[in-house]
Amino acid sequence: MNFFNLFKIALKALANNKMRGFLTMLGIIIGVASVITMLAIGQGSKQSIKSQISEMGSNMIMIFPGNMERGGVRQSSDDQQTMKVSDYEAIRDDAKFVSYVSPQVSSSGQFINGNNNYPSSVQGITQDYLEIRKLKVAEGEIFTDEDIKTAAKVCILGQTVVDNLFTNGEDPIGRVVRFNKIPFTVIGVLQEKGANSMGQDQDDIVLAPYTTVMKRLLAIDYIQGLFCSALDEDMSDEAQDEITEILRAQHKLKDGEEDNFTIRSQQELSEMMNSTSDMMTILLACIAGISLLVGGIGIMNIMYVSVTERTREIGLRMSIGAKGRDVLMQFLIESVIISVLGGIIGVILGVVASELVKAIAHWPISIQPYSVILSFAVCTITGVFFGWYPAKKAANLDPIEAIRYE
Amino acid sequence: MLDNNKEIIKVDNIRRDFKVGDEVVHALRGVSFAIHDGEFVTIMGTSGSGKSTLLNILGCLDTPTAGEYYLDGLAVRKMSKNERAWMRNRKIGFVFQNYNLLPKTTALENVELPLLYNSKISSKERRERAEKALKAVELGDRLYHKSNQMSGGQMQRVAIARALVNDPVIILADEATGNLDTRTSFAILTLFQELHARGRTIIFVTHNPDLANYSSRNIVLRDGKVVSDTVNPNIQSARATYETLPAPEE
Ligand SMILES: Nc1ncnc2c1ncn2[C@@H]1O[C@H](COP(=O)(O)OP(=O)(O)OP(=O)(O)O)[C@@H](O)[C@H]1O
Ligand SMILES: [Mg+2]
Repeated sequence: MNFFNLFKIALKALANNKMRGFLTMLGIIIGVASVITMLAIGQGSKQSIKSQISEMGSNMIMIFPGNMERGGVRQSSDDQQTMKVSDYEAIRDDAKFVSYVSPQVSSSGQFINGNNNYPSSVQGITQDYLEIRKLKVAEGEIFTDEDIKTAAKVCILGQTVVDNLFTNGEDPIGRVVRFNKIPFTVIGVLQEKGANSMGQDQDDIVLAPYTTVMKRLLAIDYIQGLFCSALDEDMSDEAQDEITEILRAQHKLKDGEEDNFTIRSQQELSEMMNSTSDMMTILLACIAGISLLVGGIGIMNIMYVSVTERTREIGLRMSIGAKGRDVLMQFLIESVIISVLGGIIGVILGVVASELVKAIAHWPISIQPYSVILSFAVCTITGVFFGWYPAKKAANLDPIEAIRYE
Repeated sequence: MLDNNKEIIKVDNIRRDFKVGDEVVHALRGVSFAIHDGEFVTIMGTSGSGKSTLLNILGCLDTPTAGEYYLDGLAVRKMSKNERAWMRNRKIGFVFQNYNLLPKTTALENVELPLLYNSKISSKERRERAEKALKAVELGDRLYHKSNQMSGGQMQRVAIARALVNDPVIILADEATGNLDTRTSFAILTLFQELHARGRTIIFVTHNPDLANYSSRNIVLRDGKVVSDTVNPNIQSARATYETLPAPEE
């Protein structure tokens, strides 16, 4: 008995029972479609988070006052005022694994230019901040060390702020805008960055020397945070250790005393996000896998029914010369056809569903070639695995009993 | 009739025991005979006498508990399952009481079936031989009728065509006319006689003692033993009997 003939026999048997074949297939179709869609959603969100994190900056390390590990929330206001400019200077001067460092203070308020006003906030930073956050000055220039020293009232605007304050399309460079009544001279405009993948506007930003924000806007003597870049992607850990050491020395913390600051790195963040989204992907894949399993059991069930129903046919085939192997193959091929055909339809449906999710819900999706190949392989294996026992049962039938079966 | 011909079947003291619970049923208690090429043998006996058991053994569907069976010179008893399947495919044509056609399948496809399990035969040859076999049973005009669109007599003709198609050394029929009315039974019997006339070897199991007159030899079983084995010197024509029967009213 050659394979082609067996294939024809199996196809004919399926054609005789189209509705049943389709319903059996439905289990597989739903299973495969959900595997593909779930993985597409899981991987899509993972990729979007990843690109979002890398958009944030280069090998960025952020230091905030207070120990977030301790209580989760920042504690008293005393805790928040532990970081000083001297901490920044110590890191700038002593840290070998840190390429850029900038203090950070921010003040929110209203910008006014003539009749236009726009609510935003001013980030007080040094020039390094632009390197750390991957920002570029498109027009004009960045402020100087002199500006920092003198707490000059100068600022650099993001494009969104420019659009809102200079509605007539004037050149903002050299103009004076007011922020909370204090006049700032615009010395530069940042290159547009557009919205990040979460939809946040990255151009709604104003930069000024940190000294200006500290002294003239907030009147404080502490800083709200530090932004650093590790020398290199792989040196993030060393840089963090170094920063910890410097800050502990600066804050005169004794051995055994907890840090009064918290360090977060971009790398850590992306690892955390990765593990969350990996977990989500695994979870989704499990759910989908279970539905594939249920589909497989559906095949087994139907194949069992089919074998019982066709006992006489099996007996007849044996009596005219079909070997056990021929009968086994016939039923196995039948179940593999069901599962593979279901797999093909499932893949198509999964891709369509993923695209629909993207089009309607605007979720980031990424269809994984491996998930297509995987579900295909799983389908074929499902067909063979769940078809095996019923087919074996058919092949082991006694021809005399089978042909007499009522 | 053709006495000095080659032995197609030789059974030598075959026994067949069935275990039913603690008891042993002796369905065959030592049966011996030989059947030569070109014989038309009827096997008779009361219900439970072992006719079907014997025929299943002759058809390589079952193996005897003891005794030897040679089909076309080959010892069947020691054969493996697959070898017996091969014997059924190449040497034997089976006709059953209840036709056993595949449902929703055309006459042609039903007849092609045994050849499908013979990989030496191309699809073209398969088709040609199936058509020829159907023509031989006078169903040349019903090639594409499905099995559920045919009468009992027609279905049995398809089954006979299927038994012929692999050009077997012997045709085995178990109560082949058991489900048919008298007139149709004689039509089928006529067909068997025609096949016999063309040189086929046939074993025909039946309940009906009258049918002994239409075969060349009659074996009677009782309690798993042969009680009579007679050659019929003047074979009656089934066609003649068929023509005396009243045609069904239109
Ligand atoms: N598979 C089996 N298991 C147990 N006993 C069996 C089996 N097959 C047949 N027998 C027994 O063997 C004996 C012969 O049965 P067999 O079917 O050969 O009779 P038969 O002559 O064909 O009868 P009938 O004319 O009713 O078809 C019976 O007593 C039957 O009960
Ligand atoms: Mg019987």
